[in-house]
Amino acid sequence: MATEFPLPRVLTYPASAPPSLIAQGAEGRLYKTTHLHADRPCALKYRPPKPYRHPILDARLTKARIAAEAKVLDRCYREGVPVPVVYALDAAAGWLMIEWIEGIPVRQGINEWLGERPEDDAPPAEDLDETPIVDLMKRIGQAVGSLHRTGVIHGDLTTSNMMLRPRPQGSEPEADAKKKAVAGDVILIDFGLATQSSSDEDRAVDLYVLERAFASTHPRAERLFSHVLEAYKHSFKKAHSVLIKLEDVRMRGRKRSMLG
Amino acid sequence: MSLETLEIDHIPSSHRIHAALFHDVSNTDFLHAQLLARNPDFDYTFLDASSVISRLHVLSAIYRAVTTQLEGSLTTATPHSEVVLSLSPNNNIADAYRRWGITPGKTKDIIVIKIVSGTEVPTPEDIWAHLTGAIKGTPAPLSDEEIAKATDWPKVRKYYSLNAVPALASVKDEEVRRREMERLAIMKMALRGL
Repeated sequence: MATEFPLPRVLTYPASAPPSLIAQGAEGRLYKTTHLHADRPCALKYRPPKPYRHPILDARLTKARIAAEAKVLDRCYREGVPVPVVYALDAAAGWLMIEWIEGIPVRQGINEWLGERPEDDAPPAEDLDETPIVDLMKRIGQAVGSLHRTGVIHGDLTTSNMMLRPRPQGSEPEADAKKKAVAGDVILIDFGLATQSSSDEDRAVDLYVLERAFASTHPRAERLFSHVLEAYKHSFKKAHSVLIKLEDVRMRGRKRSMLG
Repeated sequence: MSLETLEIDHIPSSHRIHAALFHDVSNTDFLHAQLLARNPDFDYTFLDASSVISRLHVLSAIYRAVTTQLEGSLTTATPHSEVVLSLSPNNNIADAYRRWGITPGKTKDIIVIKIVSGTEVPTPEDIWAHLTGAIKGTPAPLSDEEIAKATDWPKVRKYYSLNAVPALASVKDEEVRRREMERLAIMKMALRGL
């Protein structure tokens, strides 16, 4: 597939390993490549020029979006929010090089955990220890809480936009495969739609998007979502009022009513 | 010969990048004067190693300078001066030279970078012969260990505003802390100009 797209110019020069196309979205493409040398894997996010837009407007939008994403990542990383660090960028050329996060998406981790469970959403058998998955839910709540505390709204929270990065070898006792699937640090990724805001409304909508995405991606784990919100509630001071707002948002949906 | 030819990913083969480190340099004033006079024989980047964290830190600056040159958007006169600017978190060129360039009477350890491209082809031997003739100091390879001997951390923390960063508050291990500061500094450099 990679050959269907011309590489961005920045990737046409020699490197220790050829870049590979990882994902392709409406706005841009994600490559895996290296920063400076082979032992620094990185993700390169490239926003190609849009032929249907006026060139001057297109250049301005691309530049502004790359810049916005880089600034949000910088702010989050400095505040201790678990996000990838920025390695390099060229806003005018439309690319952003960030740290490569090892591991699997949270979505995959949850699905591997649920793997052998019965189809329905019935409470698990008595002997099933749910601690590892509940613990993951709490780590998700804390990660989103720290993001919101920093004044950043992700804009597209899903379990695909969170990575589970394995902790260094030997730091934890050996776990079985299932426990391993939900172990690791939660890292938030893809800040292409992120904005800066500290309002209860924006934070509640961010949580609502995650709640809905979670319910449709993991219908069998829906009841576990309450642990996300519980951990979120204790992660920063204003979280409590965000959760009250979330009740309103659930009643009306993501978009505010334009009536009245 | 302590001069190294650096291999940096995503830099075209038309560019050759050489680097070395000199400890205890005694003729900084002479080198500084050559830069001010724009002596074409001294088309090098001279960095004050006390403001530098590591090899990775230098490589990041070189990478930015070369990519900027390839895009045709150099802010300074040459890729050599662009390396100095690339180390700075802001666009003030004079400020970048004061902090990362060499200062007579102050700079003791110097990192030298030579970027060669296009038709001019001095060999590493030519460059090394010229450098050892011009710089009165003790040559050393550009390794993390050698750079670490020179790094002035309070200065680096000030230049990259690393003194009150929440992300560093919980890091106790000094080695881990330094790697974190290196990451934050490289990010600051990448975000310059946004």
